[in-house]
Amino acid sequence: MAILPDGAANDTPVVDIIDERLSRQSAWRRFLARPDLGAFAGVVLVFAFFGVTAGGTGMFASDGVLNWLTVTAQLMIIGTGAALLMIGGEFDLSVGSMIGFVGMMIAIPTIYFGVPIGASVILAFVAAMAIGALNGFIIVRTRLPSFIVTLASLYMLRGLTIALSILVTNRTTVSGLKEYSNGSFVAQLFSAKLFPGFFQWLADNGMINKLPNGEPVVSGVPMLILWGLVMAVVGHIVLTKTRVGNWIFASGGDANAARNVGVPVSMIKISLFMVTAFGAAVFAACQVLEFGSAASDRGVLKEFEAIIAAVIGGCLLTGGYGSVIGASLGALIFGVVQMGILFTGAPSDWFQVFLGAMLLTAVLFNSSIRRRVTGER
Amino acid sequence: MKTGLTGLIRRSLLAVALASPFAGLAITAHAAGERFVFVSHSPDSDTWWNVIKNALKDAEHDLGVTVQYRNPPTGDIADMARIIEQATASNPSGIVTTISDFNVLQSAIKGAIAKGIPVITVNSGTAEQSKKLGALMHIGQPEYDAGKGAGERAKAAGVTKFLCVNHFINDSASVERCQGYADGLGVKLGDQMLDSGIDPTGVYNKVKAYLSVHPDTDGILTLGPNSADPVIKLLRDTGSASKFKSFISFDLDGDISQAIKDGLMSAAIDQQPYLQGYLTITFLTLYVRYGVIPPNNVNTGPGFITKDNIAMVEKLAGKYR
Repeated sequence: MAILPDGAANDTPVVDIIDERLSRQSAWRRFLARPDLGAFAGVVLVFAFFGVTAGGTGMFASDGVLNWLTVTAQLMIIGTGAALLMIGGEFDLSVGSMIGFVGMMIAIPTIYFGVPIGASVILAFVAAMAIGALNGFIIVRTRLPSFIVTLASLYMLRGLTIALSILVTNRTTVSGLKEYSNGSFVAQLFSAKLFPGFFQWLADNGMINKLPNGEPVVSGVPMLILWGLVMAVVGHIVLTKTRVGNWIFASGGDANAARNVGVPVSMIKISLFMVTAFGAAVFAACQVLEFGSAASDRGVLKEFEAIIAAVIGGCLLTGGYGSVIGASLGALIFGVVQMGILFTGAPSDWFQVFLGAMLLTAVLFNSSIRRRVTGER
Repeated sequence: MKTGLTGLIRRSLLAVALASPFAGLAITAHAAGERFVFVSHSPDSDTWWNVIKNALKDAEHDLGVTVQYRNPPTGDIADMARIIEQATASNPSGIVTTISDFNVLQSAIKGAIAKGIPVITVNSGTAEQSKKLGALMHIGQPEYDAGKGAGERAKAAGVTKFLCVNHFINDSASVERCQGYADGLGVKLGDQMLDSGIDPTGVYNKVKAYLSVHPDTDGILTLGPNSADPVIKLLRDTGSASKFKSFISFDLDGDISQAIKDGLMSAAIDQQPYLQGYLTITFLTLYVRYGVIPPNNVNTGPGFITKDNIAMVEKLAGKYR
């Protein structure tokens, strides 16, 4: 029977079959239709693989875990933006170059122009998001594929990073930022280690290893990991629980149809480009403040890693389908595979071959699981 | 009796021949006892590191140890820091690493040393940086001094305007080389440093464009085979080699040694990479096994290869030189 309010049933013709879009699905059925289901399975597969091949190598000791979690978190930060943007129907290839650019934007004004580091960081974020907005604006206005437009920004940003750093500093690596950032709130925000006391306690109680000097092997959770989690959680909530999330799906699914029902597609797309730029800026800020230096080659090829994470996580390249949780799991798969291969001791000449093969396996496995359970062909 | 003896010798030779591949396997299997990780900063596309990889293989075989060579595929030094952290987490017997960027790598390298893993620094970086990190020693070529040596040679040859073809502009050591050359020549480093990229066609055309805009250039420094080989081709194609009073390159490969023989190039700066691979592993092995290690650093370069000593070097280029 149709589910209609009593009053309405009297005025309108009785409809026996409700519209299929409104039909209720069982919880199990909905679970199986999740875009990130395959990624869950992929995570299980990857951990099983390295549990067997790298079990005794220190990969699962506390400092080993921190190592691949750090790489995972880095990728989550940019992967969240990439996933949201991909669901919204566009790509951003300028993420990697943006990382290098923002790094320089933080380091050069601080060291060479005497700008307080907090101000440089804020300025760098504003600049990055403005460039992101410009990318989005050009794409929305000209209707050119985002692939081409952001490819152009990939080159221009990388070139600007090299040219400006040579122009101002005569070098391509700008170091010595630590003395400016020590004690600053941005250092706390992007490079602090959380819960040092807890880790000391763990080490004192023998739950994690100690260094010969008595300090724990892992001295705390880097802010980088917290940023990764926060970006993913916020991204997930916005995408699945808010009206904006629906607009993102609609913009990526069919932009024209979405416009016709009043979705502000242009605004959504421009904002999403600002989100990817924000992610790149967070990535860069964490890196620059952790290492105390910026270099013009930071972030090379990271745009592809972000897209790979989103795709492993079940985002469709055509837009309109995907999840942020999936992208985070994709980041986890990529991080574990990337570092795990090193733990297994595979020869480095073959590293990229293994990496590519493992990723292909993860994606194939992911999509076959999804097809099997959803019956999609 | 005689036939019996020869028969016996034959049979035992046969047995040895049959067994030897397995003996080899057995040694490799035992070698798992000492495992060293060698971390470089070079992107996959840089072929110069092959000599070091050969040296590592020889050291593995000669010393009965395992060596894992690691590098960031795109040459991103921040990724390299993660690789050193990964190596530390895997508890190897020792780590060899370059210090291509002191600021980025210091916490990762110090982390390894704090965990009690012996570390030797190699190639990029200075002896002071190595000491500051707490590494056992530094094995490499002082980059600035090597560049300066080349600059002084160029000055002696009468060079006034130079071009430094930098194919790895993101590595601070590369900039040091150009800076040293400029100082050796006694000029200020400005736009003579060309960011050529690593793609041979790109290097060729960028250098061609630079030389047509700056026709009075009479000295060239290239920072390795990746920048030298396309420049050699360019000079051969245009027949303009005689215009340059000095053409010096860092490092060596087949093309460079041929160019030195032909008189097209004046010299190659050899940092003897084989030593950087073989000695690091040898010293670490001796340190781990017997606790002995030389107290000072080792300079493997600069050695200058010219027309006079090229013959011996040429035979071994690409494999040991």
